[in-house]
Formats: sequence, C-alpha cells, structure tokens
Amino acid sequence: MIEFPAFIHVPLAEWTDAAMDWILRVFSDVFDVIGDAILFMLLYIEKFLLWLPWTLVIVLVGIVAWRATHRWWAGLLMAGFLVLIGSFGYWDLAMMTLAIVIAAVIISLLIGIPTGIAMARSNLVETIIRPILDAMQTMPSFVYLIPALMLFGLGKVPAVFATIIYAVPPVIRLTNVGIRQVSPDVIEASRSFGATPGQTLMEVQLPLAIPSIMVGINQTTMMALSMVVIASMIGARGLGLEVLLAINRIDIGRGFEAGISIVLLAIIIDRITAGLAPKQEHPAS
Amino acid sequence: MAINNIYPQNEEVSIEVNNLWKIFGDNVEKVLDSDTQFAGKTDILEKTGCVLAIKDVSFQVHRGEIFVLMGLSGSGKSTLVRCILRLVEPTDGKIFINGENVCDCTARQLTELRRHTVSMVFQYFGLLPHRNILENVAYGLKIRGMAKSKREAKAREMIELVGLKGWESYLPSALSGGMQQRVGIARALSTDPKMLIMDEPFSGLDPLIRRQMQDELLDIQEKVHKTILFVTHDLHEALKLGNRIAIMKDGEIIQIGDPEEVITAPSDGYVREFVQDASPAKVLTAKRIMEQPNVLLYEWQGPKTAMHILESTELDNAFVLGRGSKFRGLVTVERLLEIIKGGGKSIMNALEPEPLRCTSDTIVEDLFPLVASTRHPIPVVDDDGKFLGEIHTSTILGSMIQDKETEPSD
Repeated sequence: MIEFPAFIHVPLAEWTDAAMDWILRVFSDVFDVIGDAILFMLLYIEKFLLWLPWTLVIVLVGIVAWRATHRWWAGLLMAGFLVLIGSFGYWDLAMMTLAIVIAAVIISLLIGIPTGIAMARSNLVETIIRPILDAMQTMPSFVYLIPALMLFGLGKVPAVFATIIYAVPPVIRLTNVGIRQVSPDVIEASRSFGATPGQTLMEVQLPLAIPSIMVGINQTTMMALSMVVIASMIGARGLGLEVLLAINRIDIGRGFEAGISIVLLAIIIDRITAGLAPKQEHPAS
Repeated sequence: MAINNIYPQNEEVSIEVNNLWKIFGDNVEKVLDSDTQFAGKTDILEKTGCVLAIKDVSFQVHRGEIFVLMGLSGSGKSTLVRCILRLVEPTDGKIFINGENVCDCTARQLTELRRHTVSMVFQYFGLLPHRNILENVAYGLKIRGMAKSKREAKAREMIELVGLKGWESYLPSALSGGMQQRVGIARALSTDPKMLIMDEPFSGLDPLIRRQMQDELLDIQEKVHKTILFVTHDLHEALKLGNRIAIMKDGEIIQIGDPEEVITAPSDGYVREFVQDASPAKVLTAKRIMEQPNVLLYEWQGPKTAMHILESTELDNAFVLGRGSKFRGLVTVERLLEIIKGGGKSIMNALEPEPLRCTSDTIVEDLFPLVASTRHPIPVVDDDGKFLGEIHTSTILGSMIQDKETEPSD
C-alpha cells in the first residue's frame, strides 16, 4: 500500500505518440503550407528590417519613443540603447530577433484577439479555453519544441510556432477580461436601441476594452522576446543563438553582451507599446 | 372621471401588457403549473428556489399619456419595463406594442421595434464613455445605418431641444449627472420613437436638479407628445408627471388610477402608507377645489348697474365676463365709485390692471404665491379664456385639512 500500484496505468505517452504519428501522416501537407506562409512573412520582415539604414532605425525609434512616452529623454535613451546594441556588433542579429518577435506577435494577435472575443461572449468557450491557456503557459517549452520540429523541420518556422504558443495567452486573457468588464449598463443601453450583438461588440465592447487589450499586446510582445533564446535552440538565428554559443564556450563576456542586448530590446519594445496604449481616463466600469 | 378631461387623452392603446409573469430560476414551469403560483414571493422562493419578479401583471398605456409605474426598489418595476423590450425575457404572458405581440417577434422584428418604435432612458444613463455627446445622441441612428451627416444633423437638433447646445464635442464624463441624463433623453428622442420607456431617469440626481428635469420633461412632452412609460420610486415625481399611476408591490400591480384617485382613495394599506406623506397641495388641482361665485358681472353692464348689484349682495368686488363667459377681469367697489364720479359709461374702465388667474389643472401648491399676492379671489379659466370658477384663500386652506380624511367628493 505504500507504492502506487503498477497495474493502474494510463498510457498517455503511447496515445500521444500515436496521435503525433497520425497528424504527421495526415496533415503534413497542411503544415507545409502553414510553414511556408510563416517563413514567407518572416523573411519579408527580416529583409525589410535589414534593408533599413541603421541611422534611420535609431532616429525613428527615438521619435516614436518620445511621442509614446511624452518624455524627450526617453526618446534619447531608447535611441542610445540601439547604438549600444550596434556597438556590440549585434545589429543584424538584433534585427533578425526582432523579425521573429514581430512575426510571432502579428500571428498571435490574429489568433488571440478573436479567441479572446469568443471567450468573452460565451461562458462555455471560456471554460474550455482557460485550461488550454494554463497549459500553454506552464508546459515546459521543450515539450512542444520537439513536436514543432517534427512538424516544421529545423529552422525559423518552428521557432515562430513555439514563440506563438508561449506568447499568445496574455492577449487572449486580457481581451476576454477587457470585454467582460465593460459596464452592463452601457451594453443594455446599446441593445435597447436595437444594436445587434455584432454592433454592440464593435461600437461598445471592443473600444472600451482597448486599454486592456493593449496591455495584453504588450505582455505578448514581452513573452515573445523572452522566448527567443529557447527558440534559437531549434535553429533560429538571432541574439538567442549568440547567447547559446557563448554559454557553450563559457565566454561569459560575450554571453553578457548578447543577453543585455535582448534586455535593451525588451525595454525599448515595452516602453513603446505601453506608451501607445490609451490612458485609462474613462474606466469601463 | 372628471379628471380625464383635463389631460387631452387618446384612448388608443399603445402598450398593452396581459398577465405577464417573470420568474428567475431553474424550475420556472414548476412555479407556473402548480398551485404555488398563488403563493407569495417568499413562499415560492422557499418551495422552488425561484425568484418571483413579476406576478400576473396587466395594464394598458394609452397613446400620448405619461403612465407612471411606481414602487419601492425590489418591487419588480425595472424588470417589468425591461420585459416590454425583451431586454429581459418574460416567462409568461403577452405584451402588445401598437397591437403587435412582442413575445412572438423574431430577432429581426425585435431589432426593428427597438430601433424605430420604442426608446429607453436609463437610471445610470448608459452613455458610451468613449464617445462625445454628439456621437452618443446619434448612436441609435448610427445603429440603424443612417449616414453620418444626416444623423449628426438630427442629433444636433435633439441636443438643442434638451438645452445642451455647445456641449457636442465633450465626453460624457465632463458633464454633471443632470446633463448626462439630458443626453440620455436626447439620444432616446433622436430615433423619433413613438414611445419612451424611462427607468427611474431622475432618481440618481439631487432634488433640485430632479425637479428641474421633471419640469423640462413636461416641457419637452408638450412639444413631442410621446407615449411615456415612466418608472419611479418617488411618489411626488409620480404625482407630478403621471397622467395615470400604477403602484407595484412584490411584483404585482395593486392599484392603477389617476393621481387624485391614488392619493384620495388608496386601494389598501400599502398605498395609504405610500401616500401618507404626500402633500395634497401637490396633487389637488384648481378645478377640484374651485367654487362658483354668487355674483358675476358682464362687460355690457353699466357702472351704476354693477354698483347696485354689488351693494345689494354686500360684496366689494366681482369678476367681469364677456360673451361666451370669456373672462375679462375684476372690478372693486372703490374703482366703480371713481368711474361713476368721473362720468364713465363702461365698467370695463374700472377693471383692475393685470388680474391674476390660474387654469383648471394648476396644482394647489402653485396657487400659494397667487393668493399671497392679492386679497381678491383667484379666477380659474380654461385655455380659451373661459371663466370656470373662483378660488378663495379659505378654500385652499380648507382643502389641505379636509382631504387628509375624506373620500373624494365626486
């Protein structure tokens, strides 16, 4: 009675393997198409970022940060951070990392916002999706990195895929919360004037949920950035790979430079996306 | 009832509610099918776990009237008005709006009904916090798909009607409560609905603003002539605005009548308690307390004839009427003597300048300042200027005491 009896055995591992085999056999074409689409998008973003003159990027980031935060010194600071990253010799790698983050965030929003809306509109959908989100956020990322590899092969696509799985929950959750916290009085008034559910969503619920959704977008972006180191293990080039190589060589200085570059990139993206969110002068409740 | 003549009223029915039930809970059929439906609210809650919100309610709202639904909070009045537009689904019963059964409406018909026929005004305003006043007022029209320039023109018109011109570009949060509710009223009127449902629209406002808003609502109603179903928990508000009043208690309507019926003949202890602190001065109208004078003079009578009539009846003043009982004014003995001395031929020369007057539906409260400013009786005239009767200070005071106790005299 001390040891758990061996005959109680749920063969989840076998089932998962079988399911994976089946998916690979039946849907491999589908995943090829998805993979090609992601890669196509990613390469264009990467090409564009690398094509931009570094001076222009620095000036633009400085101006946008200044406008978003309403502080001139914040603009200068953000521009300075980029100069620092360039001075480490990581400009191109930083742009590649940024491309992966941007691609992952765009796809995350395309998936996440509609999912959040669906969750807000139905308690059943919320009950179903919530544990899935919990799993996505707590499951060790290697568990889905390997299947991602099997589905998309080595390279940038599985990296984007894994990044999406890790980064999409915040925007889903905060879209859901943002819509649900809109005052029922306003929704009732909208209904009383003959607004269809779709009109109430577009005219009332989504606009009032925007501050919350923007926080979600900010969080999603941050999580995507934090995933790049792990994603580099399956072949995505960028700052993450540099960290990985430095660690393998026990080159502490190089590792720190690459690591601090990721942090600086994170700060820049965070301040800009947070600053772009409308201030909550008129809380929804 | 005599009182019905005071309000020009069309007996055409706009809203009809028949045997409406609303029960919140899981075993709703159980309540309706069994004998428990005859039980009280608390019994039903204990036996079935269901909350009875509306119990077998029936009433009619006539076209062009203000029908007030009054009750304490929790009496089911807000749920009831929400059932009419099916913002809350009724459990059982029928609701007709202009003869159309709302309960049988498809989603599309219901949308049309809400967009074109009935508008609502809410206690907590329900304004869109992220849209300015103009966009808020135009919201109902936008939902309908009206073009921007057209709906904004209409919205501006409505904003002017409620006296908020100049505030178009402000957000609701910049406005006071009273102003926000004006936006709510303008928004409701902008769709040109035939009916308005107002759910405690002034309850959240402080007393002074509330009274002002009530007056404005009456002014607006003069211009727009809507059918209004007005919910309130404030008896004075009900008595001031309502052409007819329905009193709700525990989900049932326990009395329907015009304000005077409600206040002078409360149907049971509950209503009596409700009206106990209501001052008759706010309900009784001039028509109800006016008297017929012993003596009336006519404009074609000479000053000496008039003098003779007054002397023989020992009065020192009397009203002068023209043809068709048109009210002309008041003459006093002193003025008549002056005219006779001066050789005047017409009593019209002896009229007091700018005599005070009131109409038949003036409430007693509004008579106080009039009687205070003169020692003569106050004439009651109708809209065409026809003389109806007179009111003395003593009559007013008498009415205040007497009406506490007695049944209505008609």
